[in-house]
Parts: sequence; C-alpha cells; structure tokens
Amino acid sequence: MEEEVKLLGAWPSPYSYRVLWALSLKDIKYEYVEEDLSNKSDLLLQYNPVYKKIPVLVHGGKPISESLVILEYMEETWPQNPLLPQDPYDKAMARFWAKFGEDKGPIFMAIFVTVGEEQEKAAKEAKEQLTILEEQALGEKKFFGGDKIGLTDIVLGWMAGWLDVIEEVSGLKLLEAETFPRLHAWVQRFKEVPGIKEQLPDRDEMLVYYKKKREMFIGSVKP
Amino acid sequence: MFGMRVRIALAEKGLKYEQREEDLRNKSPLLLETNPVHKKIPVLIHNGKPICESLIIVEYIDEVWKDESPLLPSDPYQRAQARFWADYVDKKVFTLGRMVWRTKGEEQETITKEYLECLKVLEGELGDKSYFGGEKFGFVDVALMPFYIWFYAYETLGNFTWAKRCMEKESVSSSLPDRHQVYEFLLEFKKLNGIE
Repeated sequence: MEEEVKLLGAWPSPYSYRVLWALSLKDIKYEYVEEDLSNKSDLLLQYNPVYKKIPVLVHGGKPISESLVILEYMEETWPQNPLLPQDPYDKAMARFWAKFGEDKGPIFMAIFVTVGEEQEKAAKEAKEQLTILEEQALGEKKFFGGDKIGLTDIVLGWMAGWLDVIEEVSGLKLLEAETFPRLHAWVQRFKEVPGIKEQLPDRDEMLVYYKKKREMFIGSVKP
Repeated sequence: MFGMRVRIALAEKGLKYEQREEDLRNKSPLLLETNPVHKKIPVLIHNGKPICESLIIVEYIDEVWKDESPLLPSDPYQRAQARFWADYVDKKVFTLGRMVWRTKGEEQETITKEYLECLKVLEGELGDKSYFGGEKFGFVDVALMPFYIWFYAYETLGNFTWAKRCMEKESVSSSLPDRHQVYEFLLEFKKLNGIE
C-alpha cells in the first residue's frame, strides 16, 4: 500500500536538501512543493504550526517537521539503503555526530554575517569544529557513516555544496585542503555519490543568492 | 538536569547502575576521556563504551532494554512526534528557561513571556492525555520532567496535574531533587552572578 509523499522545501536550504537526498537515496517517489519563505503558504502554516519552517515531509497526509526527525522517520519507514547502523551503540554514535553537525551549524554561518575582527574570531571557532570533525568524527573512514554514506554525512552535506560558496562570498577560506585533507577528500567523494550527485544546487545560482544575502547583512561586500 | 533524564530512563527499565557525581568545576579524567568533544554530563558507560547527549542516551537505553517499559511508541509516525516534542523541549524550554534566570528588567520580561508561550504550546500538545506519551509515561515526559522543578518560580502557569502525576511514579520522584532545593540553589546562583 503506497501512500503519497510530499516535501515542502525551499531552494537553496541545505535542510531541504537533506530530505531530498534521503528521498533520492531510498528511491522514494514524491511530490515537491517549493515554498516562498517570504510568503508562506497556508499549507506550510497548517503542517508546521509550531515553527512555520521547511522542510516538512507529508506522508499519507500526516506532516513531520525538523529535518533530523524527518530523516529518522524515513529510516524507519523505508529501511532500504539504510542511513543508520543496526547496532544500538553504533547508532548512538551516528546520532551523536549528526547532532554535533547540526548544533555547530550556526558557528559556520557566523563568518557569513560578520566582518573584520568578529569574522576572524568566528573563523577561528569554525576551524576548531572542523578539526574535531576531521580527527574524531571522520578519521580514516571513507564517509562519516563508514564505507557508505549515513545520517551524519547527510547532516554535514552542506559542507559539500554550500561551504565553498559561503567562503567565496564571505572572503575567507575555512576548509583548506592542506589543513583538512580528510574532510577535503570527503567533500569530493560525497559529491560523487549516486543520489547526491544529481541533487546538488547550482553553484552559480547559489553565488548570486548568497552574495545578495551577505550584502543585506553587511551593507556592502568587501572586495 | 540532563542527567536526570537518564536516571529516570534507567529507573523506568529497572536497571542497576553505578552513579558517579561529577564536580563540573573540576572535571574528572574519566569525564574528559569519555566525552572529549563536549566534556559534559551525562555520560552513560555501558560495557565500557561511552554514550553522550541525554536524549541519545535515553533512545539507546530504550533500544537495548526494549522489552521493559518502552519509552518510545512502536509506530514510526508517533515516534517522529515524540522526537519532535522532545527536541522542542531542548530547543525552546531549555534555551529560554535558562535565559529567564540570566536576564533582568525589560529583557527578562520579554523572555519570560516567550517562555510561558512555549509552555502553553506544550500544554496544548498534552491536551487531555495523561502523559505526553498517551496512556503511558514516555520519551517526551522523560525529556520534560527535569524542567518541572524549575517551574516552581512560575506558579502562574496553572496546570500541574501532569507533573503531579509524573511525580507519583517511583522512577521519577527518586530521580529528581526537591524543587525547593533547586529554588534555593538558583537564588544563590543569581546572587553570585550579580543578577538582581
């Protein structure tokens, strides 16, 4: 019995893409609804009254909000191409790193909304998190999930598609290949995974989008 | 506070465990070794392997000892709802709650208002159910209960029937400190930190 799957998302939200990737990896048929976040639809407000945010996955008319909650739901409902290991301990570790990636997101975005000394400070903090990811979360593994991509790879997927755009627009580099060789290699690998490869946002379009956003935050972009 | 969640879960499952009290101003080598990333409690060590982050620990406990008093429902959609609301407790109740104590004047008024709004949303979610988990005590109840002892200062909220019901459970009352003690602790904290 197949029930209808709908995703309410917004380009180029990385949170939206997390769900798109999971849908793609698990080969699930769905209808995509692009939301205009400056003019939220009644449908979105009805499906996510608590936060009024995307992404929202709607399965058989029932909505689920918050990307990590959605991913866990998808994992339980469509177990093919699993994103989480079976063993409870390994699962707990995967969730730990997924949460780490999630919680540290704002630290990276800080370089985007600051300039000068404040930005330098933000960059330093961000690099500390990258070090933890490089050495403790990823280590010698191919992916955060091991030999295949998993929940943590999806949560950190924004580093593969978005980080270099943010870096270019913000005028500084965080993920230097010499300093973070493993993460750098992971980014290239992640972008080549079937299911992910076809679902990456267009870089040029993102540059335009994020340049405009930064201008809004800063007033004028430094050369 | 987050440690209490784990204690409640362990008690619900009827598990025996060794408890180590950490002095957070002087963290033990064991804590630094088992949680090198955050250096925070709670850390559950099972068969020598550490698990960190309270809700992740509670899910782990629920999965390993799945035959005894399940905390998460079996239906995936209901599980998603439980996870959503537990996350709401972390995102809103915890974050706003701690700011209430750290601010004053107009800022405190605004934050308190927001905080009470969140509690109202939770009340709405609870509705007529006995527990957030429905007929049985569950994941969201575990997530929220430790914060109940902070509600003492905001009796204006009203409906504490849910909390009283939870407190009647041995697993909860034995895991939470007395709320008057917490109140005294917070007054001390405010004094020490110059928050009038």
